[in-house]
Amino acid sequence: MSSEEPLREIAVTVNGTLHRCEVAERKNLADFLRHDLRLTGTHVGCEHGVCGACTVLVDGVSARGCLMLAVQADGCTVETVESLAASEPGPAGLGPLQQAFRDRHALQCGFCTPGILMSLTELLRDDPSPDEEAVRLVLSGHLCRCTGYQNIVAAALQAARARAGD
Amino acid sequence: MDTIVPAGQVLVPPAAPDVPERTARRMFGQPLPRIEDPALLRGEGRFLDDIPMPDPLHAAFLRSPHAHARVTRIDLSAARALPGVVAVFDADAIARELTGLRMPLGFPSATLQKDITPWVLSCTEVAFVGEAMVMVVAESRAIAEDALALIEVDFEPLPVVHDCHQALDDREPVVRSDAASNVAEQLQVGFGEVDPAFAQAPHVFAESLFVHRGAAHPMEGRGVLARYDPVEDAITVWTSTQMAHEVMHSIAAMLGMDQHNVRVVAPDVGGGFGCKYLTYPEEVAIPAAARCLRRPVKWVEDRAEHFISAIHERDQYWDVEIAVDADARILGIRGRLLHDQGAYTPQGINLPYNAATSVTGPYRVPAYRMDVIICQTNKTPVIPVRGAGYPQAAFVMERLLDRVARELALDRAEVRSRNLVPPGKMPYDKGLTNRAGVRSIVDSGDYPATQAAALARIDHAGFPARQHAARAQGRFLGLGLANAVKATSRGPFESAVIRVSPQGRIDLYTGALAMGQGLATALAQIAAEQLDVPLSMINVTCGDTGRVSLGMGGFASRQTVMAGSSVHLAAVEVRHKALKVGEQMLGVPVDGLRLHDGRVEVAAEPARFLTLGDIARKLKGAPGYSLPPGVTPGLESTGLFQTNSQAHANACHACEVEVDPGTGAVRILRYVAVHDSGRLVNPTLAEGQIHGGIVHGIGNALFEKMGYDAEAQPVTGTFADYLLPTSTEIPQIEVVFLETPSPTNPIGVKGIGEAGTIPVAPAIVSAIEDALAPWGVRVAEAPLSPVRLLELIDAAGAG
Repeated sequence: MSSEEPLREIAVTVNGTLHRCEVAERKNLADFLRHDLRLTGTHVGCEHGVCGACTVLVDGVSARGCLMLAVQADGCTVETVESLAASEPGPAGLGPLQQAFRDRHALQCGFCTPGILMSLTELLRDDPSPDEEAVRLVLSGHLCRCTGYQNIVAAALQAARARAGD
Repeated sequence: MDTIVPAGQVLVPPAAPDVPERTARRMFGQPLPRIEDPALLRGEGRFLDDIPMPDPLHAAFLRSPHAHARVTRIDLSAARALPGVVAVFDADAIARELTGLRMPLGFPSATLQKDITPWVLSCTEVAFVGEAMVMVVAESRAIAEDALALIEVDFEPLPVVHDCHQALDDREPVVRSDAASNVAEQLQVGFGEVDPAFAQAPHVFAESLFVHRGAAHPMEGRGVLARYDPVEDAITVWTSTQMAHEVMHSIAAMLGMDQHNVRVVAPDVGGGFGCKYLTYPEEVAIPAAARCLRRPVKWVEDRAEHFISAIHERDQYWDVEIAVDADARILGIRGRLLHDQGAYTPQGINLPYNAATSVTGPYRVPAYRMDVIICQTNKTPVIPVRGAGYPQAAFVMERLLDRVARELALDRAEVRSRNLVPPGKMPYDKGLTNRAGVRSIVDSGDYPATQAAALARIDHAGFPARQHAARAQGRFLGLGLANAVKATSRGPFESAVIRVSPQGRIDLYTGALAMGQGLATALAQIAAEQLDVPLSMINVTCGDTGRVSLGMGGFASRQTVMAGSSVHLAAVEVRHKALKVGEQMLGVPVDGLRLHDGRVEVAAEPARFLTLGDIARKLKGAPGYSLPPGVTPGLESTGLFQTNSQAHANACHACEVEVDPGTGAVRILRYVAVHDSGRLVNPTLAEGQIHGGIVHGIGNALFEKMGYDAEAQPVTGTFADYLLPTSTEIPQIEVVFLETPSPTNPIGVKGIGEAGTIPVAPAIVSAIEDALAPWGVRVAEAPLSPVRLLELIDAAGAG
């Protein structure tokens, strides 16, 4: 890192752990998570806010990790894909939404998947029983080149049903 | 999998062709969950940029902002002086690290124009926007990019070739000053007596068609990480590629290293779709820098770079004619294809060759001739994207058949039925040779039944009533259909090694390459079918040249067929070997033994058994002790299935669309896809391939346009202007599988990765024309944006 790089101290809670660190002012949140905290589950697909691969939850609300600076997360709580299994681990170490993705073959290369999981986590918190249209609307903020989206929709609806049945 | 046709409805009995001695556990054909998924879902995937490499340097590339220019001066001094910059390589500097500055041609060709491949770095002349000129290596990517901004370059712009037609004009400039002409190669493919067929035909119809396919756009772009080991003079290169072995050979040749000292590893690959089936300049420059600087060097392509420096598929112009008899039976097809190759030819002529040789598709065409002109333009180079020329060819063929139907006032499905190759003619000689010089023989399939299944599923017979009712409400519905054939399983071979460890784990290595299809799961299922083990006992490693010496990688819908067959052959041999050892160690004849759950057990007395690990331990040898008689060392086998023939997958797609003639908006109401890819290893994964393929095709039909202006400047450099399909544009896709086993390989499978894409654009365009029949709109191009469709509606109305 260049000695002239302006740094700033931030305190951010990521997946339940408080991190106090110096971060380059120009570093975006996705790069901070990936490079500084080594949370490489959040992927970077376009760096211009369209593909949605880098989506994380900031204070519970979905945000593009590539469009937000790390310093803007100072004082915030961030959730990434790495947090999903820990809360309610299932058979393969997967949370219910992740398990639904596996059951319904809702991922192929898996690169876009972490961001989609975070947006759907937000949806299912806000609306525990969304219909197909609501799911497709949320997914329209994500690009997936492999799956054609259909199995992702099915997985989200299955996860919602599973939650309703709890 | 409610859309799978039940076994009773499968047209050809799915009796396995010679799958010897299948065990009790059925793995082949089961819709099992993927072994790849848990890590990917937990965020523990390991894509290129996720590899935990201590203290790497980071590279960034200065790329040409001009489509064509001479470079008169480059000043690197300010970039070199920036704190944190470790090295700056221009073409001369990188040349000192390499055996040559020009990339090797992917598929060697005697006929292609010489000196036509890209440069590793180009500092005297640039020939497309995005061409790599200078590489900066720094302590961080941010610093490397800062340094790019400090490089001063003086360009002298040169005249630009922006289009195929312009490329052919003698008065126009040449694409590169070292190019003899803008025509990289000219070729003719065909068979039969074409001109006499046209001379005697009662009907001849001509079409001029423009087919554009954008770029591959996997969600993960390219990326390379190289680590040099000075003790061994060896280099390990991780790269997001579809062909680890060929990249290894290219790096060894370009860096002047022994193959022995170069290891290429493909980590998790975030999609490929064709664009990663190439050795790129960056895949040579990064290892060269790592060796020169003795530190790991990483480069991760960003999306802005991907738009201009990863390959495209782009433009083809087809001027074609079809001759038919009074009954709409095809007598001949002829024409000319102009193919936009871009500024360089990194791979070969395979894309236009595929396109020209696949036009006839599933149809009987007695005479055919296509003149192909491969034009060079000052744009990003071109190699195949998912479908590899077949989607363009299908567009041409299906547009011609729709024209015939309209002119002869016949139903579109009927015209196709009269011309499909009937099942009784299989295997069917297409009259052409593939690039291996082997006759193209369609091995199997029931094309009329495939089409009939699609028509039944979409209720073709009931459509006129639906269309009529909708029109009464002021809504414009249309139905379209298209057939497709894809020659899959390109040879010559693929590798698979199966090795059982003394711990009883089964290691499976292959030169095939996983890009997200679920290849590891499919191959594990094929192995498990023979070895009767759960998938959890199998480790699959794809695309690591340190693990298996030979490999071809992922292209042309080949891996389930080629690697799958190799896995099958290896697994059968391991199985036989385990039983033979069991026979001797347990003292029971082989027909009294069975392989079950990773053990060779006495069938009548299951408590007496040997685990596969026990047998592997025996066969790894003990010093001075003999192996069981007649058994070779090691519980392992290498399969190298080899073929030049191809398994032909086929499909019929039918869709219903609604067109808003006021806005040009097209909504797909229903989409039915009937596919025959032979026996299915895992129907869930197969269906996923079809879904993704179709949505790629929808992108090509309606959305994806890599735009350039008249100076060959790209005008679609973000996902905000280059539109990929999103979830709200996509209907529920209804997939039906027929399973006609292929006789070309021991497991009866056919490739599936591309067939879904091929018929989509012609099916949708046919449906749009049908919906707009009241205006008589004619569509001769894809993609079709709402704005363009409005222009066509206006033009038809004015006419």
